[in-house]
Amino acid sequence: MIFKGKVFKFGDNIDTDAIIPARYLNDSSDENLKKHCMEDADPAFSSNVSKGDFIVAGSNFGCGSSREHAPRAIKASGVPVVIAKSFARIFYRNSFNIGLFILEANTDDIASGDTLEVNTDNGEIKNLTKNTVINAKPIPKFMSELVNAGGLMEYARKRVKEGGRR
Amino acid sequence: MGRPLTITEKIILNHTDLDDVMPGDIVNARVDIALGNDITAPIAIKEFETIGIKGVFDRQKIALVPDHFVPNKDILSARQAKMLREFAKTYDIKYYFECGEAGVEHALLPEKGIVLPGDLVIGADSHTCTYGALGAFATGVGSTDLAYAFAFGELWLKVPESIKVVFEGRPKKWVSGKDLVLYLIGQIGVEGANYMALEFSGNTFKHLGMADRFTISNMAIEAGAKSGIFEPDEITEEYVKGRANRDYTFYKSDEGAKYAKVLNFNTEIINPQVAFPHLPENSVDINEASAKNIKIDQSVIGSCTNGRIEDLRIAAQVLKGKKIAKYTRLIVIPATVEVYRMAEKEGLIDIFMDAGAVVSTPTCGPCLGGYMGILADGERAISSTNRNFKGRMGDVTSEVYLANPAVCAASAILGKISNPEEVM
Repeated sequence: MIFKGKVFKFGDNIDTDAIIPARYLNDSSDENLKKHCMEDADPAFSSNVSKGDFIVAGSNFGCGSSREHAPRAIKASGVPVVIAKSFARIFYRNSFNIGLFILEANTDDIASGDTLEVNTDNGEIKNLTKNTVINAKPIPKFMSELVNAGGLMEYARKRVKEGGRR
Repeated sequence: MGRPLTITEKIILNHTDLDDVMPGDIVNARVDIALGNDITAPIAIKEFETIGIKGVFDRQKIALVPDHFVPNKDILSARQAKMLREFAKTYDIKYYFECGEAGVEHALLPEKGIVLPGDLVIGADSHTCTYGALGAFATGVGSTDLAYAFAFGELWLKVPESIKVVFEGRPKKWVSGKDLVLYLIGQIGVEGANYMALEFSGNTFKHLGMADRFTISNMAIEAGAKSGIFEPDEITEEYVKGRANRDYTFYKSDEGAKYAKVLNFNTEIINPQVAFPHLPENSVDINEASAKNIKIDQSVIGSCTNGRIEDLRIAAQVLKGKKIAKYTRLIVIPATVEVYRMAEKEGLIDIFMDAGAVVSTPTCGPCLGGYMGILADGERAISSTNRNFKGRMGDVTSEVYLANPAVCAASAILGKISNPEEVM
């Protein structure tokens, strides 16, 4: 799939407490998560983000807690893809499980406000503002199948339809 | 005989129908225990109900522990806890605990013998890696993963490479598992073991007990690790016997098993550590930290990292007969009801209260900035918990320093970050 939007750039080690602070975890609704997404990293994020925009970050994005609320908050904000130099493990698997695209790439030359065109099939990231192209690491086959199938729950429903538990 | 395997590879292999597994393989693994709490399980329950399956895979292999915002901190939290209770009733879930019998999940499950050596455990909580201390493969996952495991009793896993971490030598006075793991994270960084299994070994662990192993495995995630495992031994056996009511298996790594790297540390040169804001990797020697004269507003002793009876005993040893500093709060949170009861019987609760501490019922509470000890703007805490991210315990301008329970107790007495030696 191809997505086009503007960039919200963050640094290294953006933890899940910054993505969705624990004080809001008493309500897992999309509306609540969206309202407080990225609040402790950029309090203005939820009012400035538009559907189709990208979160771009440095290394170890999503470190810390296993809270799936973090990728859900990002997805609920309308962000289709997160691009970072590297991702923490649980955030990585949670994103694919819920159908949020994750790309690993060198993000040094991407700045806040840049417009990107991102192809999740081949990992090509065109920076339309700077007229450059960056190639993301290929998404492992299993992961792209998972996300293209609509995530793990879609896969689970299919498994039940096709014959149940085992 | 196949190729030599690490303990992690062996446990994963024995939970599949495969003949061999290699690091990097994605496998479907059978799950012995699937765990959720009052924050993560509500999403899992909602997702589970969309799968269209009749019943859970096994009512005896699911654990639901309301601990993060329990006793309920507000109406919304009460609703989340209620969802767990209703689900537990509907499916007759064996391991569901109300607050009068529960505690912080990762202290509770080993204490009750629910997770055992050789198990494959997944939990929708990042500190699920704690159970590696028992010689189990245990890893944190998300709520959707948990829903899938509720339904099918299995989950996709990537077989991790392992890093062997060897600590040799006798620990100095006041040095605990917490200090060794903070030191390790300081050396390799918060991303140093991303996607990998940490395997701990060395003769240092003959001098430390299970509580220290739990603390070390617990914080494997703070180096990005998938799991943090110990080979079980006589210390494990001593802990597990009398708690287990099903069979368990001691796995060991084979001679010649392949590691991504081997890290060797001399325990004898390590002092108590303090991790400065805002990452667990910012660990500093206690003497250096103490010399900086860092004033604190609050000290917290508790959590899945350091809320066990051994932790409270050490804190009480430091606090006995002393008072905490004026304008300083000390919050002590026994990790489980059983720990609370033992602390009471041993007279520890009196020692804490005489010193001016407040003792809370078991909860994760302040560790994640939930409740029961939230920091105001600009406030500073020292804490025996596991994370010091920006805003972790309250306002985004507050600060958290991580340390062992003895350092937290000493710091409460002097109102600044202190070496326990300074108050003894």
